[in-house]
Amino acid sequence: MERTPYGFLLVAVGGFLGAVGRHAVDLGIARVVAATSSGGGPAILGGTPTGTGTLVANVAGSFALGLLLTRASSGRIRLLVGTGALSSFTTYSTFVSDAVALGTPAGAWYVAVSYATGFAAAAVGLAVGGRQRR
Amino acid sequence: MTAAPLVATALVGLGGALGAASRHAVGLRVGGRRSVLLVNALGSFALGAVSAAPVGPTATLLFGVGFCGAFTTFSSFAVGTVRAASETGTRAAATVAATNLGAALAAFLFGSILVGRTLG
Repeated sequence: MERTPYGFLLVAVGGFLGAVGRHAVDLGIARVVAATSSGGGPAILGGTPTGTGTLVANVAGSFALGLLLTRASSGRIRLLVGTGALSSFTTYSTFVSDAVALGTPAGAWYVAVSYATGFAAAAVGLAVGGRQRR
Repeated sequence: MTAAPLVATALVGLGGALGAASRHAVGLRVGGRRSVLLVNALGSFALGAVSAAPVGPTATLLFGVGFCGAFTTFSSFAVGTVRAASETGTRAAATVAATNLGAALAAFLFGSILVGRTLG
């Protein structure tokens, strides 16, 4: 089924929702950051120049994907929610772009924090999903 | 400055749908962790190129945030790396993690420099 037009449609619909969700998280967090910080740097297309929105989406999505892959039995759900929505909700290109934009010391910290929290979230998702299955 | 919220949502969503379907196509052909590495490097190169190009918010939302954002993935990378750690050891997982970062970072910078030089 994953090679059929229907499989591609499921992935595309999930991708639409995942990308829109990531953008919404980015805009929402940019608003919070702007409200809490007095100065507030210029927002890049409404996104957060700090990369906080991308970090939140990546960590939440990694947890959810770990959970999904251990629990979902249906191939349709995997394509729509896993390959489509969650994989599109999280992003590597914007993560790299944010790291570069942050510069040398901050960017390295950003990568380290993203990796540490992202791997931990994926591991917890896999563990929780694997435990509740049996 | 920015597009109307509904238009922006449609652009990001459309780009996301195309990006996810393209990633799926790469996954079917290559498969496994190598396909994640490939999409992350290719998508980062494309985003580097777009961010250096003098394009407006429409193209950035559609292609940058939508397509490149969805074509590349962090969650599949994180789950794949954690699984690699339990299946083949921490060292293999560290190699996967470092290779993704190195390749994507180099690709992003290469994309932005290439477009910056060509247009500048």
